[in-house]
Parts: sequence; C-alpha cells; structure tokens
Amino acid sequence: MSASYFSDANLLRAKEILARYPRPKSAILPLAHLAQDQDGWLSCEAMMEISRLVGVTPAEVQGTTSFYTMFKREPCGRLLVSVCTNVSCLVTGGPEVLDHLRSRYASDADVTVEEVECLAACGGAPSMQVNYEYHERLTPESAESLVEEYRAGRRTPRTISGSKAAG
Amino acid sequence: MTAPPITETRVITARIHERPDDSWTIGAALTTGAYDTLRQVLATGDASAVQEQVKLSGLRGRGGAGFPAAQKWSFLPAGSYPRYLVVNGDEGEPSTFKDRMLVERDPHQLVEGIAISSYAIGCNKAFVYLRGEFALGYERLTQAIADARGQGFLGDNVLSSGFDLDIVVHRGAGAYICGEETALLESLEGERGMPRIRPPFPAIAGLYAKPTVVNNVETISTVPHIMRMGGEAYAKLGVNRSTGTRLFSVSGHVNRPGNYEVELGVTFRQLIDDLCGGVREGRGIKFFIPGGASSQWLTGSDEHLDAPLDMDYVQQTFGVMLGSGAVMVFDETTDPLLVAWRLCKFFAHESCGKCTPCREGTGWIEMVLYRMLHGQGRPEDLDLLLDVGDNICPGLNAPFSQTTICPLGPSAVSPVVSLHKLFRDEVLAACGAGSRAGVTG
Ligand SMILES: Cc1cc2nc3c(=O)[nH]c(=O)nc-3n(C[C@H](O)[C@H](O)[C@H](O)COP(=O)(O)O)c2cc1C
Ligand code: SF4
Repeated sequence: MSASYFSDANLLRAKEILARYPRPKSAILPLAHLAQDQDGWLSCEAMMEISRLVGVTPAEVQGTTSFYTMFKREPCGRLLVSVCTNVSCLVTGGPEVLDHLRSRYASDADVTVEEVECLAACGGAPSMQVNYEYHERLTPESAESLVEEYRAGRRTPRTISGSKAAG
Repeated sequence: MTAPPITETRVITARIHERPDDSWTIGAALTTGAYDTLRQVLATGDASAVQEQVKLSGLRGRGGAGFPAAQKWSFLPAGSYPRYLVVNGDEGEPSTFKDRMLVERDPHQLVEGIAISSYAIGCNKAFVYLRGEFALGYERLTQAIADARGQGFLGDNVLSSGFDLDIVVHRGAGAYICGEETALLESLEGERGMPRIRPPFPAIAGLYAKPTVVNNVETISTVPHIMRMGGEAYAKLGVNRSTGTRLFSVSGHVNRPGNYEVELGVTFRQLIDDLCGGVREGRGIKFFIPGGASSQWLTGSDEHLDAPLDMDYVQQTFGVMLGSGAVMVFDETTDPLLVAWRLCKFFAHESCGKCTPCREGTGWIEMVLYRMLHGQGRPEDLDLLLDVGDNICPGLNAPFSQTTICPLGPSAVSPVVSLHKLFRDEVLAACGAGSRAGVTG
C-alpha cells in the first residue's frame, strides 16, 4: 500500500476531524482545507486519500469539492490575492485595484490574483484578502505595496486555505 | 424642528466597544460578565423558562427572513433526539458584515448564546457553519471554544448542571448559497450546497435527518442578553413586532461606513446621517438598498429616508425588506444599471443550478443587463427582463411566489423590478438611443 498523502502530523489532524462528526462524510470540506494547508491546492492524490479516510468514492469527493470556489484544482501562486468587486467595492474603487494587481502580477507565478464576491468587509471598501487575511480601504498603490510586503517576508502569509502557517 | 442626533444602543456590541483591544479573549470576556447568564440559567435548571423569555422578547431572526426565534424552536417534535442547533455564520449576502464582526470580536458572546440556546432546546452537539473566508474568525472562535471548555462552560456536565455540550466549527469553502439553511445542512453533511425541497422543514428533519434549529450568529448572540435583561425588558426596545436592537452594516457612499447597533424603529435618515455622517462630498442619495442585495431598492426621497427600520412596515409599505441588515447607499453620480448588473452577475454566479428558472434566468438577466450597460440595450429590454423575472417569481411578487426551490432566484429579480419602479425613464433613455457614452461608476 502506498504511503499516506497526508504528513504524519496532518494524518493525526485528519483523524481528529473525522471524530468530530456523527457521519464521516461531513469531514470532506475540512479535510480538503487540510490538504490545501499542506500543499497549497487540492490534488487528485489528496482527493483519493480523503475518499479513503471518509469511506466514499473519489468521485464523491470531487463531486462535493468542485462545487466550492475556495478549493483550487490546480496549483496557484504562494500568495492568493482575492479582490472584491461587488457593489460596495465597485463604487469605491475595487475594480481599479483588481485591474492594477492583475496587470502588475500577470507574469508572476508567485502571486495569483482573483476577482471575488463580497468578502464581508464593505465597511472598509474597497477590500481584498491575501491568503484570507483582510486588507481594507485600498488604493491600487497601497494594495500593491501590501502584496510586496508579503513577498519580501515582512508579513507572514497564511496558507492557501487561510490557516496560520504550520509551525 | 430637527430632532437631536441619535446614538447607538449597544447591547450585543457592548463588549466590543468596552474592550476594543482584547474583547475576544477569555480574560476580557470574563471581566465583562460573559457566562454569568449561562451560570444563572443552568442554576435555575428550567429549559422551558428560556424558551418563554425568548418568546416574550419577540426576538426575530437576524439572518434575513425575520422569523420569530421562539416559534422556530417550538417546532421541534417532542421526545425526538438527538437534535441539533446549527448556527449560520456563512454571511455572504453582499454588503453584510456584521456576523464577521461578532465572531471575530466577541466569540464568547456567541458561545454563551449557543450554550443557553442549546440548553433551551435540548441539544448536546451544536455546529457553527462559518464562512470559509473568515480565517481570523475561525481562529478566534475555535480558541474561544477551547477556553470556554477549559473553564467548564462547555463539555460534559457544564458547570455541574448535568448538561453536556460540544460545539463543532465547520468552515465553508466559498459558496453563497450555503447560507440558505437547507443548502447549509447539505454542505455540513459533506455534499454540494444545494437547497432541499421543503417539507420536511429542518425542525422535523434537518441535519442527518434529525430535528434541527438553524439560527443566525446575531440571533444567537442576542439570547444571553434576553436572559440577562428578561424577555419583557428586551421587548421594550424597538418598535411594534420589530423588537430589540439590530446591527446594520452600512456601506457605499457614506462618510463613515461600518456596523451600527440601533434600536429598531429609528429611521434610515437617522442611520445614514446621524451615525454614518451622511453622504460623501455632501452629495444627495440617488438610491439605497435597505436589507442586502436580495431586497428591492429605495430612493433618497423623504418618504423613503424617513421610514422607520421596522421589518413589517417597510415590507408592507414599500415591498422591501430589512433582510440581513445591510444598507448600501449610492450617491447621485451612481448609474443604477451598473449596480443592477453587478448584483445580478453575483446571483448568476452563485445560483446552485438545481432549478431551471434560476439557473437559466439569472444568467440571461445578467447578460441582458450587461448589454444595456454597454450601450447595446434595446428599447424592449427592460420588459424582457421583467418577463424573465416573472418566470422566476410569478407576479414579480417575491417573497410571496416563486417557481424555484429557494429564494435566491427571486433575489435576482429585485434589482430588475427596482430599475423598473424607480428608474424606468432613465433606463429606457439609455437603451432607446441605441448607444451610450460609456460606463461610469
Ligand atoms: C440564498 C440565501 C442565502 C442566505 N444566507 C444567509 C447567511 O449568510 N446567513 C444567515 O444567517 N442566513 C442566511 N440566509 C437565511 C437562512 O436561510 C435562514 O433563514 C437563517 O439562517 C435563519 O436564521 P434566523 O432565523 O436566526 O435569521 C440565506 C437565505 C438564502 C435564501
Ligand atoms: S433558486 Fe437557484 S440557488 Fe435556489 S435552489 Fe434553485 S437553482 Fe439553486
């Protein structure tokens, strides 16, 4: 039998997660988050392992996880920059932030820029998240310098699923 | 004569303002009275007394529909266990940002509310479905649960009362529809988040087909205060059947956007002018959306601005809703077509695809609005949109009629009906000319 997809520490976490729920299938979402914490995306290997742990077919795991936009089905950059353009951000400059970051990082494999729906940060519109850390009241320039701070290591990013980086 | 400016009435935001730097910690929570009410409730040992007080308080759900909380709890079939409390923290309704604040800044208030509510309904395992993007909220809430457990407020035999309670925080993964309560239950069961056909209602067959109560984060965060103040005292706050205080998330073109907790019954004008400092650059309000993206719109007229924040009044008088408590304000430079298109793009993107009128209809509405916005509109387009809308909610009469399983489809019709009711001439002029100068914000 092949070795587990999850690291030893994460396999322990996976078992803890499974024990929380009356039915194992409920663990699919949290286990998919755990896989992304580990690898930065949700690979086929991860889904196979989740299917074994949960006791359903791989197709069921893919069927569920592919419904949810937070699960990345191919590797993305180390930094995932999610810019809101829903209405409160739309009328306060969100699209300008998005356009600027998109062109700035168009050919930068380290940074993936995505347009997202309302982040529940409209009081500080326009807003974005970098690996699910909030940043508000942005201008195109301030947004870029924030991303640069992460790149330069002056800010520690969370994982691609938003957990504190494993210590 | 002008009335003196109103101020906030801080009930569920008291701790957040009192301890701005550490309100989410167990230390700050305990020194500001957290879990005192839980202790008292458990000491009296009377679960039905909680139900009675919540009933007297008149508390209505803060998630959108405004359903009376005690009535929902009373639907649980007697003698049927296990039963679950599921707290809805998915908060995806555009421009709503109150639950995120409550979870990030006062998780212990929520945990205490869950404990009291679970005790009231006889639940030993509660779930919080938290929006996946709320990374900090997840961290703070799981920490709060661990700390509360350490203090004996959760776990087996809570405060030696014989009551057991476990809370599981379940992260979503980016799907607005999972805020709809039956889609949420599907998601919690490890499925795609697609709403269920009712009946059966969750109170009869909800999570794992067991009796289940789904309540919003703000609803449950209010419960400790009802028990502390007494239901009747709580009901003295507010107006008519809209009792108590509510958090309103105000955004858009106001000078001081943010969350404000006010007694229900104050007016939109008081909220926007007194608390939010009015509209930026002293401009006028062209229109505002009073209760989240799913609501129809109101204008900057005196009639609309002076309307009270009363759930039934705005519904009966204007056909709009206070919904999730999100108030989006747009100044006179705003193109209503732009806002309508963006909201419908959202609904089209978030449609789960289970029913045809919503899956197809929202997509077509978005595309027709897009061409109208970009100078390609035809004179008949607005009526075409109304016709599509009529197939989703016959009579264009949401929330009273729908051809769909859940209200997301009808929500996409709200911007269209609002364009028709409030801006018909402007929209027709934009389409009639056959071309428009371009798109402005
Ligand atoms: C498309 C859709 C999205 C919803 N999103 C949320 C949400 O994010 N949070 C919430 O509490 N209720 C949401 N609701 C309402 C829930 O279905 C449900 O009525 C509510 O959680 C019940 O709690 P309450 O009675 O305490 O308000 C949504 C409803 C629909 C139709
Ligand atoms: S109305 Fe739309 S979102 Fe709701 S169940 Fe039908 S297709 Fe899904």
